Amino acid sequence: MRHLLSSEDLSREDVERICDRASAFAETQERDVKKLPALRNRTVLNLFYEASTRTRGSFELAAKRLSADVVNFTASGSSTEKGESLKDTVLTLSAHQPDAIVVRCPWAGAPALLADWTDAAIVNAGDGKHEHPTQALLDIYTLRRRLGNLDGLNVWIVGDVLHSRVARSNIRLFQEMGADVTLAGPPTLMPRDIEATGARVAYSLDGVGEADVVYALRMQNERMDEAYVPSLREYAWFFQVDPRRIAPGALIMHPGPVNRGVEISADATDSERSLILEQVAAGVVVRMAVLYEVLAANRAGAPVREGAPA
Amino acid sequence: MSFAGEPVLVGGPEQAGDIVIRGARVVDPRAGLDEVRDVVVREGEIAQISARGEAPAGGENVDGEGLMLTPAFVDPHVHLRVPGQEHKEELETGTRAAAAGGFSAVLAMPNTDPVIDSGSILGALREGARREARIPVGFLGAITLGQRGESLTAMGEMRELGAAGFTDDGLPVTSAGVLRRALQYQRMVGGVLALHEEDPSLSGGGVMHEGAVSAQLGVTGIPSVSESSMIARDALIAGYEGGAIHAQHLSSADSVRVVSEAKAAGIAITCEASPHHLCFTDEDVRSLDTRMKMNPPLRTEADRQALIDGLRSGTIDCIATDHAPHAPHEKEVPFEQAPMGTTGLESAFAACYDELVLPGLISLETLLERMNAGAAIFGLATPTIMPGAPADLALIDLDREWVVGADGYESRSDNCAFGGRRLTGRVLMTIAGGAVAYRDRGFALSAAPEPEMQG
Repeated sequence: MRHLLSSEDLSREDVERICDRASAFAETQERDVKKLPALRNRTVLNLFYEASTRTRGSFELAAKRLSADVVNFTASGSSTEKGESLKDTVLTLSAHQPDAIVVRCPWAGAPALLADWTDAAIVNAGDGKHEHPTQALLDIYTLRRRLGNLDGLNVWIVGDVLHSRVARSNIRLFQEMGADVTLAGPPTLMPRDIEATGARVAYSLDGVGEADVVYALRMQNERMDEAYVPSLREYAWFFQVDPRRIAPGALIMHPGPVNRGVEISADATDSERSLILEQVAAGVVVRMAVLYEVLAANRAGAPVREGAPA
Repeated sequence: MSFAGEPVLVGGPEQAGDIVIRGARVVDPRAGLDEVRDVVVREGEIAQISARGEAPAGGENVDGEGLMLTPAFVDPHVHLRVPGQEHKEELETGTRAAAAGGFSAVLAMPNTDPVIDSGSILGALREGARREARIPVGFLGAITLGQRGESLTAMGEMRELGAAGFTDDGLPVTSAGVLRRALQYQRMVGGVLALHEEDPSLSGGGVMHEGAVSAQLGVTGIPSVSESSMIARDALIAGYEGGAIHAQHLSSADSVRVVSEAKAAGIAITCEASPHHLCFTDEDVRSLDTRMKMNPPLRTEADRQALIDGLRSGTIDCIATDHAPHAPHEKEVPFEQAPMGTTGLESAFAACYDELVLPGLISLETLLERMNAGAAIFGLATPTIMPGAPADLALIDLDREWVVGADGYESRSDNCAFGGRRLTGRVLMTIAGGAVAYRDRGFALSAAPEPEMQG
């Protein structure tokens, strides 16, 4: 795989290969010496146009665990609006000859533009409301660790689908992996015609008791100013993910950061059925597997591979 | 409406000598003409239409064998970007692009920098056009000062100076009250109000059509009701005031229905559709190619079919390109950041011929008629092929295939939604006011007269 621009780049086989490789990396991460030489002499540039602690941190750690050199470039959207365009920024940073650029930005489709503008492998770490494919990969990795596979799994994604790049990547990849996806939330936060993705749409949590997995999306406070819902209290009343609403065996997921008491109750967050901390832990090994995939696997002139799992 | 003022059109090619186009298929649907003929152009007019081979000798001979000669096209909606945005387009390049597309006249929009909202700005611009325009060009004045939607411009003064009509194009006239005042004032000064129909409270922040594609791409949508609901509102106000409005760049099925119903109710409403809305849908935006970003946005196949039906039935009066040039660095940005607009003058006929006529969706006659029906809406003479009429002609090779943009563009900008597409039908020559305004390079060579031997 040359780039990871969106979930569209990933077939079921690709997802399985990446998850299997992430599992192999996970075993090495139990050792005292965690560093692998797979990406030695490779440079990974983290280009972040949005504040992000966990995604950037996990990409940085993933690159370092594979012995890559890491450069972090953080730009605020406003500073670029004042002058340098995205293209000029990317061309300038390309002078450092990065082998991969991990990009997070507020604009849909920007990673695909970067792929045209530079020779580096591009990994999408979130583009606008479009996609966040490594989040979907680590969610699938987490579920596979628990359940083996996702075939026939009944997954409910609950909350602000309209503004969620996580939802869009997960709708696509959960289905690719054989799951049935239901989207639940208020109509004001549901994109018109989202059924075209193959997901079912519900405007209440009636029926969520049938779900095997309930995935709560982050409810952003700024949506309140834009009057998408009357109040957070009303939102929580209808859509908060809580153990009392879901089946006893259902698993609970959330991409973080969590708003306890809004989209998810404290009980749900801390429940033994919650996979939230496992998702975070999966972040590093899955991103190691993604960086390995675009930089080392199946590429001519690939660097030293000793220590890398097959 | 009668309001004594300067002629709307200014500029154009210098008068050339006599021209005889021999043996072309001469098609003018309005004149009921579709015959192989020789057409003689003399002193700016069509002097004679003769049987093949019977035109008198003299002047420049143009071999029209196998080609189609039609009345030239008129585009009532282009952006020439002057004054203030000459890095996108200039009067010279924009009108050259129009000539290359077979147009003998265009009307330019006033959303420039500064806005064309006073007689002095309009006057200066017309002076520039007299010098630089390759074909005659007219201008619309703004409806409101600075296009801020608040107070009316000096519509009367601008009409006296030759404003073709008024528009805040690029922006809607959001306030119903302001639109009403403009319609009242129109009773005194004339000039159709051309309206960019959009309710910003519905479209705000949107970058493409709201539907399945925008849902999957995760970009904010522009619902079709943001357009149709404003057309309905404005048609009712125009009807109430007895005014004339022209709805610009229709994009949705609902809008076609609303215009049709308003016309049936006797309201003086006309409308236009652009080649890109007639040829593309939101599926073409999937790649987030910024050339496909325009306002109103490309909508669904059902919307496109409704526009084609409207074009066929006459609910849609004319085709207008909304030629909207932007510099490469402005369009080479993420889709959500890119400015709205596509160029279209050079590809308009070929796009519609290839995508609408060849598949049998509309007839060639309907296309030719709609390509210059915008003239009458704004009080301009409609090009026609009749003895004594001004010689505004387009010579077209209906079999010629070409790739849009492969040889560059006459426009200063290259943000053409049709760029890279192979189309059938190419304008080889445009005559405006009896003078050659454009000649295809390949055609120019073959049509050049034998050089005289020097002694």
